[in-house]
Amino acid sequence: MSATSPHAATQPLTMSGAEVVLRALKDQGVEVIFGYPGGAVLPIYDAIFQQNAIRHILVRHEQAAVHAAEGYARSTGKVGCVLVTSGPGATNAVTGLLDALMDSIPLVCLTGQVPTHLIGNDAFQEADTTGITRPATKHNYLVKRSEDVARVVHEAFHVARSGRPGPVVIDLPKDILINKAPYVEAPPATQPHRSYRPVTAPDMAQVRKAVALLKQAERPVIYAGGGVINSGPEASRLLGEFAHLTGFPVTNTLMGLGAFPSQDPQFLGMLGMHGTYEANLVMHGCDVMLNMGARFDDRVTGKLSHFAPNAKKIHADIDPSSINKNVKVDVPIVGDAGQILAAMIQVWKEDSQPPMREALAAWWRQIDLWRAKDCLQYVQQGKIIKPQHAVKRLYEITRESGRETYITTEVGQHQMWAAQYFGFEKPNRWMTSGGLGTMGYGLPAAMGVQIAHPDALVIDIAGEASILMNIQEMATLCQYRLPVKVFILNNEYMGMVRQWQELLHGGRYSESYSAALPDFVKLAESFHGVGLRATEESQLDDVIREMLATDRPVIADICVAKDENCFPMIPSGAAHNEMILGPGQEGGVAGVTDEGKVLV
Amino acid sequence: MADDPGQFRSATIAVLVENEAGVLARVIGLFSGRGYNIESLTVAPVDADRRLSRITIVTSGTEMVIEQIKAQLDRLVPVHKVSDLSLAGPHLVRELALIKVVGLGDHRVEALRLADAFRARVVDATTESFVFEMTGTAEKIDAFCDLMRPIGLAEVSRTGAVAIVRGRSALTV
Ligand SMILES: Cc1cc2nc3c(=O)[nH]c(=O)nc-3n(C[C@H](O)[C@H](O)[C@H](O)COP(=O)(O)OP(=O)(O)OC[C@H]3O[C@@H](n4cnc5c(N)ncnc54)[C@H](O)[C@@H]3O)c2cc1C
Ligand SMILES: Cc1ncc(C[n+]2csc(CCOP(=O)(O)OP(=O)(O)O)c2C)c(N)n1
Ligand SMILES: [Mg+2]
Repeated sequence: MSATSPHAATQPLTMSGAEVVLRALKDQGVEVIFGYPGGAVLPIYDAIFQQNAIRHILVRHEQAAVHAAEGYARSTGKVGCVLVTSGPGATNAVTGLLDALMDSIPLVCLTGQVPTHLIGNDAFQEADTTGITRPATKHNYLVKRSEDVARVVHEAFHVARSGRPGPVVIDLPKDILINKAPYVEAPPATQPHRSYRPVTAPDMAQVRKAVALLKQAERPVIYAGGGVINSGPEASRLLGEFAHLTGFPVTNTLMGLGAFPSQDPQFLGMLGMHGTYEANLVMHGCDVMLNMGARFDDRVTGKLSHFAPNAKKIHADIDPSSINKNVKVDVPIVGDAGQILAAMIQVWKEDSQPPMREALAAWWRQIDLWRAKDCLQYVQQGKIIKPQHAVKRLYEITRESGRETYITTEVGQHQMWAAQYFGFEKPNRWMTSGGLGTMGYGLPAAMGVQIAHPDALVIDIAGEASILMNIQEMATLCQYRLPVKVFILNNEYMGMVRQWQELLHGGRYSESYSAALPDFVKLAESFHGVGLRATEESQLDDVIREMLATDRPVIADICVAKDENCFPMIPSGAAHNEMILGPGQEGGVAGVTDEGKVLV
Repeated sequence: MADDPGQFRSATIAVLVENEAGVLARVIGLFSGRGYNIESLTVAPVDADRRLSRITIVTSGTEMVIEQIKAQLDRLVPVHKVSDLSLAGPHLVRELALIKVVGLGDHRVEALRLADAFRARVVDATTESFVFEMTGTAEKIDAFCDLMRPIGLAEVSRTGAVAIVRGRSALTV
């Protein structure tokens, strides 16, 4: 096309700003946009209408557009793309943007804006979008000159996907979209950005220090997080290789699930507040900890002063601001997890010093004792379906089906049970809102996953309260024939809230009861989907099988025990070795101080 | 103990940024959003084609917090360089102040005498007021203002600190 030639500037401009935007998106590899129209973005919708390269998915709420793009991004490793109008379109997107920021999900969100000459006048549907989204994005742009449109779109994608990934907003005034604008190609990868240059290659001296520490470790642990997933599937493969080379135990954060295969004998399960007994005691008792792409979140560390008290800590992270933020570490390594793991494998092999084989064997004997507690055991007796059992059967039956399976969740107890009882063997198969904990994330995220993987089985493990926060997306699923399965663990409570009220607030269940619930079966049908229900254990497997066999959107209303709590649990402000393992041990929370209670 | 992680220290941080819309809001939003202290902040373009601005921030915190502040600043997309002058070696810190003193008679004489001692210049005078201009460290300006207070200190306008490392090494992009 003529506009891309080096002489573009001297030729008459043929494309509108909106067309330039679309062209740049296409050149950035965008195949699908999740969006919702409005006055300020009509020029982009007009340009979308006149092309076929990029597919537009019409959501029913802008928050859902962002979560859908998150699901798309997390399950593919690509940048998700969102388009919303000015004012309320942009403000509706904010929750999704912050969700993506907290969970390091690469997104580009285009927002419409009033024309440049009206900015600042309280014009119709004007919002200070760059102001509002500044703390909710990795970076944002307000494009005020037509000659900047293409450059900004290219740069936004680079910023979103490189370094620590995150959401980027481009605010586009309507006149900029309508006026003619020049197209420029993306700068070559060899041409660095003027000021933004994230480091990906590790400092080898730090890698050698880390390996030397690990070689002498008697009670090591690898604590791997979402950064391994961010790095791409090769990093997960290398994590496996490094773990097998060293024989070290591995635990994953909530965001890291799938980075290490759940079936691997070296896997300890998830760690943290609702992590396994063995994972948390290994963290507490270790002498050398390798944190690979995790951020020492408060859900993971528990009481900081008691966190891994005897451990030398190595922290590999692409974002220097993650290092020494919550926990002071001994050996920081800044860089990409994949590159760091490759370097560590190489140095480990070159280093002639043998690892501490005997000590390691003793460590594993200790770990096996902890594992023998079988901390995730539950008793399924009688007719009432235990929520844990529902997830476990869902896992087993989907495994038997042999289908490629992706799981998303809402937020609450069901999310934790999903993390505990559903196993993941590969990265990018598990999508959950970890950092922000956004109820309403799972259904739209599943939608985005299904768009990216049309033939896969995509299940949102939901709670009856959360699902209502973006239930309108059932319409989107049905419009685009996306056969997402919504598996509701319906306990008629905001269970996670109820659990905290039971354990920490004297059983005063203030406003945590899910009253006046819809009939989820009819609800599904009213959206042209399929509704199923299991009220007794004997129906559970059949409902799951029928759900899997249905090639349409399904809501399966699984009526589960109402008062079940999620264990193990490290109460707020407690240490890893002060875990409550199950009912009957709640006395353990009696020790929670007001200092602990203030924590979220 | 210098390396006590719990110990507060003050830090003078120089930040070279792209001179673009919103960059100051990003920096200030970072400080307010994350609860960091700002004792002073100055900003102006510093290169010939006005593409680069230099922000000087005086802040305080524990060593861990100051390290965080620097890492958080460095991660902003339009930020080129972050330098902790407090660690970079001997450096100069200066602030400019305009100080208005209002009074009559003996007070005017005393004001001029003190100004002379502090090397403050008279940049405006009426029969009942002076405006003094002075540069120096924050402490020197504080001291001057304290002395002027009983004499008729009426208004103070200060720039906040600017700073630069001594010697030939230079902070550039
Ligand atoms: C109800 C509820 C309960 C929860 N309970 C738990 C719990 O029990 N256990 C638990 O673990 N979590 C729990 N969470 C989640 C928790 O809040 C955090 O979201 C999670 O622990 C963070 O995971 P992470 O440390 O892997 O970091 P992420 O948020 O995934 O961050 C990734 C880190 O890796 C770095 N990184 C990014 N890309 C790369 C790369 N290419 N190379 C290297 N590094 C990179 C980033 O800079 C960042 O530091 C819970 C959440 C909710 C809502
Ligand atoms: C948008 C939003 N509002 C409030 C909360 C606080 N919150 C966390 S879990 C939860 C209850 C979720 O209930 P449900 O979806 O039924 O899940 P359950 O815990 O019962 O499995 C609430 C209200 C939240 N995480 N997100
Ligand atoms: Mg519930």
